[in-house]
Amino acid sequence: MDTLNADKRKKIFVDLIKGNKNVEIENQLEYIKREKINKPIIYVGAGTCGLGAGAAETIIAIKDYLKNKKIDADVMEVGCIGLCAVEPIVDVQLPGKNRISFQKVSCKNVNNILDQAFSSKFSKEDVLGQIQIGKADKYAAIPDFFKLPFFEKQKRIVLKNCGLINPESIDEYIAFGGYVGLYNTLTKHSSADICDIIEKSGLRGRGGGGFPTGKKWKIALQQQNNQKYLICNADEGDPGAFMDRAAIEGDPHRLIEGMAIAAYAIGASVGYIYIRAEYPLAIARLKVAMEQARKYGLLGKNILDSKFSFELKIKMGAGAFVCGEETALINSIEGYRGMPRPRPPFPAVSGLFEKPTVINNVETFANVAEIICNGADWFSSVGTATSKGTKVFALSGKIKLTGLIEIPMGTTIRSIIFDIAGGIKNNKKFKAVQIGGPSGGCITEQNLDIPIEYESLIKVGAMMGSGGLVVMDEDNCMVDVAKFFMDFIQRESCGKCIPCREGTRRMLEILESITSKPIGGEKAALERMKGIMQLEKLATVIKDTSLCALGQSAPNPILSTLKWFREEYEEHIFERKCATHTCTELRKFRILTDACTGCTLCSKKCPTNAIIGTKKSPHFIIDEKCIGCGTCKETCNFSAIEMI
Amino acid sequence: MSIQIEVNGKKIEAFEGETILTVLKRNAIRVPTLCHMNDFIPSGACRLCVVEIVGSPKLVSSCSYPVADGMKILTNSPRVIESRKTIIELLLSNHPDDCLYCIRNNNCELQSLAKEYHVIERRINGKKNSFKLDHAGTSIVRDPEKCILCGRCVRICEETMGVSAIEYVNRGSKTVIGTTMQKGLNTSSCVNCGQCIMVCPTGALTEKNQTHLVQDALQQKNKTLVVQYAPSISVSLAEEFGMPPGTDINGLLNAALRKMGFKYVFDTTFGADLTIMEEAAELIDRITKGKILPMFTSCCPAWVKYAEEFAPDFLDNLSTCKSPQQMTGAVIKSYFAEISNLKPEEIISVSIMPCTAKKFEMQRDTMGRNGYKDVDIAITTRELIELIRLNGIDMKSIIPEITDSPMGVRSSAGKIFGATGGVMEAALRTAYKSLTGDELTNFKINAVRGFQGRKETKIKINNLEIGIAVVSGLANAALLIDEIRNGRKDIHFIEVMTCPGGCIAGGGQRIGVDRSVIEARMKSLYDIDDRETIKVSHKNPEIIELYDNYFEHPLSHKSHELLHTCYIKRDVLL
Repeated sequence: MDTLNADKRKKIFVDLIKGNKNVEIENQLEYIKREKINKPIIYVGAGTCGLGAGAAETIIAIKDYLKNKKIDADVMEVGCIGLCAVEPIVDVQLPGKNRISFQKVSCKNVNNILDQAFSSKFSKEDVLGQIQIGKADKYAAIPDFFKLPFFEKQKRIVLKNCGLINPESIDEYIAFGGYVGLYNTLTKHSSADICDIIEKSGLRGRGGGGFPTGKKWKIALQQQNNQKYLICNADEGDPGAFMDRAAIEGDPHRLIEGMAIAAYAIGASVGYIYIRAEYPLAIARLKVAMEQARKYGLLGKNILDSKFSFELKIKMGAGAFVCGEETALINSIEGYRGMPRPRPPFPAVSGLFEKPTVINNVETFANVAEIICNGADWFSSVGTATSKGTKVFALSGKIKLTGLIEIPMGTTIRSIIFDIAGGIKNNKKFKAVQIGGPSGGCITEQNLDIPIEYESLIKVGAMMGSGGLVVMDEDNCMVDVAKFFMDFIQRESCGKCIPCREGTRRMLEILESITSKPIGGEKAALERMKGIMQLEKLATVIKDTSLCALGQSAPNPILSTLKWFREEYEEHIFERKCATHTCTELRKFRILTDACTGCTLCSKKCPTNAIIGTKKSPHFIIDEKCIGCGTCKETCNFSAIEMI
Repeated sequence: MSIQIEVNGKKIEAFEGETILTVLKRNAIRVPTLCHMNDFIPSGACRLCVVEIVGSPKLVSSCSYPVADGMKILTNSPRVIESRKTIIELLLSNHPDDCLYCIRNNNCELQSLAKEYHVIERRINGKKNSFKLDHAGTSIVRDPEKCILCGRCVRICEETMGVSAIEYVNRGSKTVIGTTMQKGLNTSSCVNCGQCIMVCPTGALTEKNQTHLVQDALQQKNKTLVVQYAPSISVSLAEEFGMPPGTDINGLLNAALRKMGFKYVFDTTFGADLTIMEEAAELIDRITKGKILPMFTSCCPAWVKYAEEFAPDFLDNLSTCKSPQQMTGAVIKSYFAEISNLKPEEIISVSIMPCTAKKFEMQRDTMGRNGYKDVDIAITTRELIELIRLNGIDMKSIIPEITDSPMGVRSSAGKIFGATGGVMEAALRTAYKSLTGDELTNFKINAVRGFQGRKETKIKINNLEIGIAVVSGLANAALLIDEIRNGRKDIHFIEVMTCPGGCIAGGGQRIGVDRSVIEARMKSLYDIDDRETIKVSHKNPEIIELYDNYFEHPLSHKSHELLHTCYIKRDVLL
């Protein structure tokens, strides 16, 4: 296969897409899909998460190992399979055998792991599981990888190929059924058909809003205009969200195919992928994939010999959170400062360069090809009455297994946290989960059994958002959480509209006054009280009047935490206490006179000179000067300092 | 298509495609706005124009939201009022709060709104942003602390002027309007037109105020104080003193300036006539001798700077004539000084202009000689009003006086310089006479009058068909320049005014006047033209005298020395 010239190769794979019989490919297909292999293959999870965990060093170590042992094997970089907590993940597939997956393979234990793999003598703590390859033999006593609790309840449509195939090979993507959806679209359907299918499938925008995708496309299709645009919003900016990054790094062609289908559906000839510049690997993979697709005639003029042409461009975002808002994103592509425009007109009517424009998120596009291939009914059979299909979530926070999952809509949050993610770390108590990023809200114990659905989440004061799930345990202070998000929003507000720009900043200041050191006596207490009285009113006005969704949802973290954890706020305000000791300024320390030896160490280390005392006699803390940093407690050699 | 909507329970007719704000305005329902600008696409930034649509979960901004049949709107429900009030309070919580020390006191939109919405208590407190004053430019001072980020200045600078000297900088609560790399206006592309000041709702943008320099000068007993005022000035300040907008108060102005202490009061309109003599001669010279065409006017200093920055390939197309301000200034310190037995350095020459860019123009290197400047201090209409008040002059009771010789008589052709198209019209009247020997039968050239951003026509002089264009608003000039760059050859003479409408709407004029006032000013200028007998510059007796006694003829050696200038390509931070 590798020896074929480019034209021949293109013909073979285009035939495969078109379903033409071709002897050469049929013989090779099993090899391309690696159901049959001639030499061992070592797969390394080298998405951004894997690389962060040291995958690059692991790869070097693997190559050294193979060289030293004179083993002829291929080393392949794949995307993220989802189990980010145990990266770097290395899979080994020997000819005729199943693919076996190892966790936490650092450069230090590579030799040990590969010894295990090549000798088939495994140690349980290193092995994750085995992945069935065709009809190959199973390893005994090794669990099925996809039957692991982390995977068992998942349903992978968007992430189907992630972590399994080589993201830089278009041939593999095609061998696994890629671009058939695009071919079917171009040969069997009209634009209106495709919009119908997508509408019937019940696919809704995965970027947060949940607007029916088919409906949006139809509006754009109905616009009479000689130029329309398609934009993929890959400006993933929520803290704790990395779904789009992983999806692009692991399977870039799925996005390109989905966009090409969407472009056909609305009549767009030019598309943009707006992606943050902080995602260099995803951008690199996209560039490779786009170049490959162009060579095979899957992008550009007359795609697959049809009359349909579609050119795709990458536009890198400079890192402003607000550019994830669609009209700000449009401004940014046009070369202006990323600031939202009033809607209406909606982009589907007048968007980029004032032309009809459809903007969807990465995950939305990644669903499209599968829907075309398998039909609207297949897709709508997954999920609930109002929310169809699956949703990808990025799990982070105080759970055992952080990572990326794709679950059918309707799965409960309890199931995600306790079945899939393995529950709370260190056997702490669950407190809340923040869903939907800075625009979302908290879900508490009492609502853990609600299903993941656009509507049900809104009902409890949260929202689907793009898919970040941050889990918090009993050690998290909810006022501090609200403060974190408020700080994020007031820094990332574009500064255009007054309620968002000025209001979020005042809200942050009020939260800061609640969590900062009690100073100034009664008057300060009164000011604090006045501030709190303002919080809810400010929140209402900001929600009611802000220009874009960023501002309209900016008060959500406060409103949500205030709703579910009002007692924590009251404790901060009235008792001047933070039960979790997160708000350091509210912490108080005391020196136990019996235990203090007067060594003076604490007084020397104290950054605010708040500790006084003479040598060899017990010291004292001046509360007014103390900032609650805890340095004294950490430095004391005699356990003479306690937090009260 | 006509549709019906309901506003505050009352049925109102509206048309499809209109915004709610348009319909409300037509029906005399006031909605406050801060970012809204007529004839601009709504930006939706200030959120003050929010109204409630019954059944809609959120308030909508009426400036951008289109009406729909059957829509029920509440413009002053408690929810709406409370929201607007909170927005105003939020702005005030980050505002310096020094109204009494602000040049815009009593003429500030934020101040009025605070009063309108009964803000009488500081309910929202917090840290205020601290920024440095940008007074690096010659004409405009920016105070970002007073800025409420409505974005009007940014938009007029970009969309009307195509200059983009200022833009939003930073994000979130640290957002501020700034220049390139925050280096200050002097290194930016700012052309000093001052239109940003005209649209600024607060005191964040002001002219570089030089009233104190004038006050100081008036105390210098060993100097001769000479003042000139531009053609548009006398029709631009009547309403300030309780007279109908557009009233020509040139007699009162002469009296007031003398009361203030100026020894000689000249009319820049005389300089305008002089400019026409030179410029018409230059045009004829260029056309008949096959020199570089089209010729652009050069009396607008903001346009000149713009050309130096953005169209350096057209600098040879700019007329070499100085502006009326500078010509008058040059004559004051040469001919006038000679006949009055004064040394140029004994004269302090003040000009009153509708313009902030004149402060830049007067300090250009070529605008003086032997160490003195043609004009020493250039102030705006606004500064003039301040001086009148400061010096306790009661405009209503003073007796009109006439201007001084030798620069007091003017033609009405010079007077219409104040409106867009005026320079063109005046120049053509004189050019026609020069080329044909006859006067025009009808002096009115209607095709170049009016407020449109671009006006074009063809004029036949002898067998020569001259293509002329008049543009105001530099973005319009940029479009025309591009057409010429792309090969357009049918235009020979182009008048460019930076401010839309010309000097009557200049960046130094009174702030906060509406369109009808500007229209009254324009009408007043053309009424003067209708009324007066000397309608062409070349018949101005003092102009004739000046040439006879001093310059000999237009484009003479002496006039080149005193009345013409040159331009340089300018590198600025973009």
